[in-house]
Amino acid sequence: MPIIQVENLSKIFGKQAKKATKYLDEGLSKEEILEKTGNTVGVNRASFDVEEGEIFVIMGLSGSGKSTLVRLVNRLIEPTEGSVYIDGQDLAKMDSQNLRKVRREKLSMVFQKFALFPHRTILENAEFGLEVQGVNKEERKKRAKESLEMVGLGGYINQFPRQLSGGMQQRVGLARALANDPEVLLMDEAFSALDPLIRKEMQDELLELQETMKKTILFITHDLDEALRIGDRIALMKDGKIVQIGTPEEILVNPANDYVEKFVEDVDRSKVLTAEHIMKRPETVDIEKHGPRTALERMRKEGLSTIYVTDAKRNLHGYVTAEDVSEAAKKDVKELKGILRTDIPKASKDTSMNEIFELIHDAPVPVAVIEDGKLKGIIVKGAVIAALAGSEVNLNGSDS
Amino acid sequence: MGLIPKIPMAEWISAATDWVTDTFEFLFDFIKNDFGDFIEMFAEEWLMSIPIWLFILIVGVLAFFVSGKKFGLTAFSVIGLWFIANQELWAELMNTFTLVIFASLISVIIGVPFGIWMAKSKLAETILTPILDFMQTMPAFVYLIPAVAFFSIGMVPGVAASVIFATPPTVRFTNLGIRQVSHELIEASDSFGTTGVQKLFKVQLPMAKKTIMAGINQTVMLALSMVVIASMIGAKGLGQTVITGLQRADVGTGFVAGLGIVILAIIIDRFTQNLNTQRGD
Repeated sequence: MPIIQVENLSKIFGKQAKKATKYLDEGLSKEEILEKTGNTVGVNRASFDVEEGEIFVIMGLSGSGKSTLVRLVNRLIEPTEGSVYIDGQDLAKMDSQNLRKVRREKLSMVFQKFALFPHRTILENAEFGLEVQGVNKEERKKRAKESLEMVGLGGYINQFPRQLSGGMQQRVGLARALANDPEVLLMDEAFSALDPLIRKEMQDELLELQETMKKTILFITHDLDEALRIGDRIALMKDGKIVQIGTPEEILVNPANDYVEKFVEDVDRSKVLTAEHIMKRPETVDIEKHGPRTALERMRKEGLSTIYVTDAKRNLHGYVTAEDVSEAAKKDVKELKGILRTDIPKASKDTSMNEIFELIHDAPVPVAVIEDGKLKGIIVKGAVIAALAGSEVNLNGSDS
Repeated sequence: MGLIPKIPMAEWISAATDWVTDTFEFLFDFIKNDFGDFIEMFAEEWLMSIPIWLFILIVGVLAFFVSGKKFGLTAFSVIGLWFIANQELWAELMNTFTLVIFASLISVIIGVPFGIWMAKSKLAETILTPILDFMQTMPAFVYLIPAVAFFSIGMVPGVAASVIFATPPTVRFTNLGIRQVSHELIEASDSFGTTGVQKLFKVQLPMAKKTIMAGINQTVMLALSMVVIASMIGAKGLGQTVITGLQRADVGTGFVAGLGIVILAIIIDRFTQNLNTQRGD
């Protein structure tokens, strides 16, 4: 069961919420509703599930409703309609006592502008959630310290937030959220206030932490690069509506509509696409069955100057060149073994485009994509360039 | 004018005051007698039993540390207090000091909870704002009348009138301080599942502390400004000396006593301001 289930969640800001929801059901746009009722549609019937251990990114421009949506998930904002299930319990219908319990035990939030308490030391900040729960002093100090050490701030516990840089302050924010050991981490533009270098560092660290802690993370951002970098799945929002949910690849490769496509246009594809997306099914010859004549024949037919040599199980042995093969054919050699070359540029399925670029630059043959010693596909120079230009990408990877 | 006869507003208010005086006589008597005795004891048996030189020394040492080990406030406090003693106004000073302390203390005890209530409830703010405006704009002399009705004359009605006059800043600043706490910090607090009380004591009040202290400083200053007015209904102290000076057209006496009030005001003001620090600043 998904840990977070959001169903038809809506938020109308204004006094005529009932009327406005009726208009929403009739399919009126955000602008039309604003005109008719004077109310603003914050979130428009959003539905999504987040699985345990997943990083689910909600991405949208400012005003798209993403910050409202995350606040509906822990009910910092009261939903107008719809349900939010955390571990199967509907938060939207909960009384305040149970809501507090869920907030204390299951959900923690990290804020865009850090929201550290300026009158508390770093340690006291990290302790806050535990203190609120009534955990005794020693225990909460210990856990807060562990949490701070995890984010690399073990040495700053007696400082005040004001004395720390932005990046460090947000680490405290993260430590404060993690000290509770929540099931779900809500991160509202958590890295947006940091400068780009620090932001990247924090993204890497979050991913690194995630390797070990396996939290469920709902991450809000307006930065598509960030979304693609850290998201297992991404929901794209526009005007309060979720327009597409998918893995980074799905969104890049199959944008659901013009809006998403426009968004995706500016993305640096080289960072997101991997070998898997641009490899082609290779032409090969079998080292046991085929000799130089077959190889030569096949190369002539396909217009190739080199060809990869595998065995029946597609284990890669090497490649042969057209010159070597025709020489061998003239000499009536029966086997390919003698002319096999092994200086192969190799990549795996998830090698990034940037690395492939370097590999392919001065390689005599196409890059071989290998998994467990088996040849899965090849990448030719043309495919790399085409992919960067935004076409000819195949989502399934194996065949085209 | 003729159609509507004069509304007997003054009569109504007098009748209401009489009713309150009669109905709560036991309470007023208790405050007048027991609390009055306590104030008197505080001033005459405790404060005045401290030798003057020791009192000045204690204030001097406190001033030194409160001001962050600077000599300015220390020197001013010591010389100022010595001057008042030199003018043979020490007993008056102690009485005035007592009046200010009690009036301020009661104002703060009443004012802070009302300020919190005002910050937490829109309705409370709507109701209390005009009342506070009323309390501050009504000429302070007017408060003397019911104060005398309830508590006759002496220190107690002086304190009562001062409390009415001096409470509003504490209420207002407490309200303001709590409302000024940034929305994101409130969200952060809520997101960790704080109860209203936890939020108040762990986030709102600590963060509003500076503003609340500024309000308390104002309250103390207003209480001090009531000293002369309160002495018109028999509150002892420097104010009484000022009034005496006025009645006898004795500029010198009046001025010296006034100077005493100024010195006390400056010392109290600097003390409360210097104590107003916030953690993490």
